[in-house]
Amino acid sequence: MQTNETPEYAIETKDLSIFYGAFKAVSDVNMLLEKQKITAIIGPSGCGKSTLLRAFNRMNDFVPNSHVTGEILMRGQNLYGSNIDPVEVRRSIGMVFQKPNPFPKSIYENIAWGARINGFKGNMDELVEQSLRGSALWEEVKDVLQKSAYELSGGQQQRLCIARTIAIQPSIILMDEPASALDPISTLRIEELMQELKKNYTIIIVTHNMQQAARVSDYTAMMMLDKEGSRSGTVIEFSETKRIFTNPKDKRTEDYVTGRFG
Amino acid sequence: MNPTDNHYPTGESFRKSLNGRYRIASIWQAIFFSALLIALLSLAALLYNVVDGAFGYVAFEYKNDPTEFTAKPLDDLNKQELLEILQTNLSSGAYTKLDNEKTMEKRSKSVLYTLVLERLIQVDTKKTWSMTDSILRGNEIKAEVAKKYPEAKLEFRSWLTPVFLTTPMSSKAEFAGVRTAILGSLWMVGIAILFALPIGTGAAIYLQEYATKNFLNRIIQTNINNLAGVPSIVYGMLGLAIFVRALEPFTSGSMFGITDTNGRTILSAGLTMGILVLPLIIINGQEAIKAVPDSLRQAAYGIGATRWQTIWHHVLPNALPGILTGSILAVSRAIGETAPLIIVGASTFISLDPEGPFSKFTALPIQVYQWTTRAQTEFHAIAASAIIVLLILLLTLNAAAVIIRNRVQRKY
Repeated sequence: MQTNETPEYAIETKDLSIFYGAFKAVSDVNMLLEKQKITAIIGPSGCGKSTLLRAFNRMNDFVPNSHVTGEILMRGQNLYGSNIDPVEVRRSIGMVFQKPNPFPKSIYENIAWGARINGFKGNMDELVEQSLRGSALWEEVKDVLQKSAYELSGGQQQRLCIARTIAIQPSIILMDEPASALDPISTLRIEELMQELKKNYTIIIVTHNMQQAARVSDYTAMMMLDKEGSRSGTVIEFSETKRIFTNPKDKRTEDYVTGRFG
Repeated sequence: MNPTDNHYPTGESFRKSLNGRYRIASIWQAIFFSALLIALLSLAALLYNVVDGAFGYVAFEYKNDPTEFTAKPLDDLNKQELLEILQTNLSSGAYTKLDNEKTMEKRSKSVLYTLVLERLIQVDTKKTWSMTDSILRGNEIKAEVAKKYPEAKLEFRSWLTPVFLTTPMSSKAEFAGVRTAILGSLWMVGIAILFALPIGTGAAIYLQEYATKNFLNRIIQTNINNLAGVPSIVYGMLGLAIFVRALEPFTSGSMFGITDTNGRTILSAGLTMGILVLPLIIINGQEAIKAVPDSLRQAAYGIGATRWQTIWHHVLPNALPGILTGSILAVSRAIGETAPLIIVGASTFISLDPEGPFSKFTALPIQVYQWTTRAQTEFHAIAASAIIVLLILLLTLNAAAVIIRNRVQRKY
């Protein structure tokens, strides 16, 4: 992929709409996401936040009859272009899921597997250590690397999932409510980790928790059903997080972030 | 209706209606319990019926008195003495024939003992009694034997013995065993599972992981579910038409240079059984694959795995216990099936061990079927014993299925 687009942007959507069959779940999203920043997607339940997030690494492809119109551009290339393989997209845009989902394998294998299937040729032990350090898990697990990942706590499992994702060196990491199944202390650790990660990666996070969005993100996209009675969601406001929470342009955003509805 | 009006019973009438509700509950509970009881009783009756036949008194005469061959009581003879008796009393032709089948010196003591009884002394069974009769009417039976067969000996016998398991078929019930049938069953089931497990698992993977939910695939799915319920005799007809007749050069082994058989071989039977259990394995495999959580697939896809890598490294290993359990259940189905084997053409009398897929064969249920249709009651006794062997085999397989399921079960 060659570089010819504005380099400070990691990814861009142009008139992106996402359909499940005839149903338009997300309509007309236009966003420019900056490199090495954290962008939060917030909004009420069922407005298409996760759907939008999953469009970035083509995870929606697994939903039968789903399709998109518009474009998602990364380094000038449309991720939905006919010459792009979804596996290639997922290789460079990693994902952390809502519920920690480590493989039923050892901690070591959880990280090594992804590297191996992607043809990693370097030193595996080093990669495992480096990825676990990167997700702030190394000190806790360095002596038990051969233990099953299921013996870790929920928060540790989620950090292992992050380690597994950064091991394949993506450029963007998608996080779908990564802390919603965790206790407050584990949540805090994940949030601290995100601040570390953004030095090297662009992060897009979906969250239900507005305080979390305000704490961790640089930019915030506010999603909402586009009009009364409609079932398709859209981004109604997208700007710096500070602005969304202190001085939103849209009345609906203001109502939502001040807790008046949603 | 005024919201403050009370339309519900209170006090005494409430307690009365509550008692009524409890009464209905206990009636239903009693009905469910009797259903369970009926099921248990039928199972007990089945077991009793089988065991009743396999043990009991038997009255038999020796055609030739044992003293003609040896001065010692038969039971005290050692292997060498038994061998000598056979050598001196059998015609040399008969002895050489036996020796050629299996070297006499290498045969066990109990086998030689049986040979002495069968070939020289020649036991003639006069009458057999069931276990219940033997226990409840022991004295009457003794009196009857003393009166009707003054020469006969009366013995309480278990027809199910180690010798019964290890001797081949014989035309005399006293000396017949299930060795050939057990080996035939094992060969057949082995071929069936070797054939059906890879194909069935493959089909399950395709249906579960690749097939989109369209009209055609729904029809295929429905038909697989229906195939699992097709009467087994229909599979027998299929096996006869395809494996025994159409594919005879292959199933008889003639294309591999084996000339002395027709299509009615273990291979034909095994493949027929394989087809019979195929829907079972597919459905079980699908269930096992369905039970692998989607989060695992997403985790794999999320780090750039292809569909095949996801299936091979995560879906299959995690579905394996379920697939194995399914295949063991398929084995126990196949081992008990009789009808398709009758149609495919199991041999009814065969005393040679099956040597390979192109051998003629018999199987346990066929043997049971054969023996129960004989007029002599001693054959019914060995049929009952063969049923016990079959049941033990089935229970062992099912227990293995449960153990595998519990051992290898994974948590997600």
